[in-house]
Amino acid sequence: MTTTTRLRTPRRPWWGAQPIGTLFALPYLVFVVVVFVYPLFFAVYIAFHDYIFTAPGVSVPTPFVGFDNFVDVLTDSAVLEAFRNTGVFLVIFVPLTVVLSLVLATALNAGIRFVSAYRVAFYVPYLTASVSLVGVWMLLFSQNGLINTVLGPLAPDPSWLVNSGLAMPTIALYVTWKQLGFYILLYLAALQNIPKELYESAATDGATMRQRFLNVTVPGVRTTTTLVLILAIILGANLFTEPYLLTNGGGPDGASTTPVLLIYQKGIQQQNPDTASAIGMLLVVAVGLLSLAASRLNRET
Amino acid sequence: MRTKRRTIGWWRYLLLTLAALAFAFPFYFMVVGAFQVSPTNSPASLVPTAGWTTQNFSAINSRLDLVGSLLNSLIFTTGVLLGTVVFGLLAGYALARLDFRGKSATWVLMLLIQMVPFQLLMIPLYVQVTRTYGLGDSYLGMILPFAINTTAVFIFTQFFRALPQEVFEAARIDGASELRILRSVAVPLVRPALVTVLLVTFIGPWNEFLWPFLITKDVTMQPLAVSLANYISNVAQSTANANGAILAGAATLAFPVVILFCIFQRYFTASEIGSAVKG
Repeated sequence: MTTTTRLRTPRRPWWGAQPIGTLFALPYLVFVVVVFVYPLFFAVYIAFHDYIFTAPGVSVPTPFVGFDNFVDVLTDSAVLEAFRNTGVFLVIFVPLTVVLSLVLATALNAGIRFVSAYRVAFYVPYLTASVSLVGVWMLLFSQNGLINTVLGPLAPDPSWLVNSGLAMPTIALYVTWKQLGFYILLYLAALQNIPKELYESAATDGATMRQRFLNVTVPGVRTTTTLVLILAIILGANLFTEPYLLTNGGGPDGASTTPVLLIYQKGIQQQNPDTASAIGMLLVVAVGLLSLAASRLNRET
Repeated sequence: MRTKRRTIGWWRYLLLTLAALAFAFPFYFMVVGAFQVSPTNSPASLVPTAGWTTQNFSAINSRLDLVGSLLNSLIFTTGVLLGTVVFGLLAGYALARLDFRGKSATWVLMLLIQMVPFQLLMIPLYVQVTRTYGLGDSYLGMILPFAINTTAVFIFTQFFRALPQEVFEAARIDGASELRILRSVAVPLVRPALVTVLLVTFIGPWNEFLWPFLITKDVTMQPLAVSLANYISNVAQSTANANGAILAGAATLAFPVVILFCIFQRYFTASEIGSAVKG
């Protein structure tokens, strides 16, 4: 069974030269089917049926209802607000992330001293549990917190996290801070692939530092920028922990609700998995379209 | 020219240092606040000289069994690490180095599932795990969706592919079984990559909140991320001076990862992670 075919032998059996590979890959394959493939189809099934939770072993009819769940969801003002909030989040988070991470990665890339100290500082928020950092930010941005004390009379009223106009921007600021290290890492890898000669010839042509950044660095990392845009959009669509904890469940009054928070509230708390699945599908379609648009836009410009 | 270079360098350091301070400050606030009788809200007393205490840790421990929660986090994380190392290495080795039926299908499937977002799978997985399999409030149920980290399988495959073919041919001619080649030849050659993967895999379940939060109602089963979140959202509002306790809990959850990262950070390089993410 395990005897290997010689290099010179041209014949290759149907099951491959090392059929034991099937056995090696099997646990992973089973895992993928159980945790990804089956639930994916199940999610689509739930979204198109009138589905309710039952105790294990009990079966109740789940009639096909066509697009009813989607109509319910799209006429629900809370759902529309959640999608709008995600839009507000992305409008702040995406540009801030792209600009800051590219600028910091460029500054970090030029053979400076103490690189590892800077790296530790930049990556540590990304590696740390959101629950623990949300705890810290909550205290910093609370009514009588440090940020408001520093701002004094300039402090917003109502305070950051209980202000319907500022709740989502504060979350966007938090997530930018938390995730930036990861995007810096991506840009650093991309910067190392830009040929040094490009910078040298630009410098001999008399380009200023700003011109070199705009005309050599920015085009040089374009594929990474597309990746950063797509990852940032996916991240924005996945927000749960931050509105759940930082603004106490998407408050004030739904101003920072997100689709995933609604999936949790409707699907699991209120026991309506069918409408929750419909929200999930709409969200995935929206993310897909946005990602497509982002990569197209970045290719053309 | 020379002086110009130097001014550019000076700005670079200023920018990086300001950013690093912004990144590090909340951690400083967390550590100092965790050991203060009452964490400060005023910039004047950011460097406290008095009021040190460990009482915050006993305060949070009395509300959420700190040691039990840490133990749950550890079991959850260890399960994921074991699954990823054992089955992930096997799959990665097979995909990179073996010729077998279904190889390209497995590879395509692996790339496709990286595009499936968790928010879509959340409800069906919840139904499956808690209703169909009856695994609510169990370690197995917590571990299942994360049991084999696909990113890790991907990195393993890339690293096994980069090894020279001759090494494997020589071992096969010597009559070593594929399992033996994996254990004694391939794994020792990719040891640095293994450290990176273990670190990245550790962070996932240790920090994970949403999934264990969904399936654990029993407080004795909750990992620290979940019990701390419950403390922050429910208990803290009804407790008199909860800030110190929140920061103590936050520090307990954060520091295992921070310490691991500081120890192993030289393995955590841009090129490795970059190649893993970009493919």
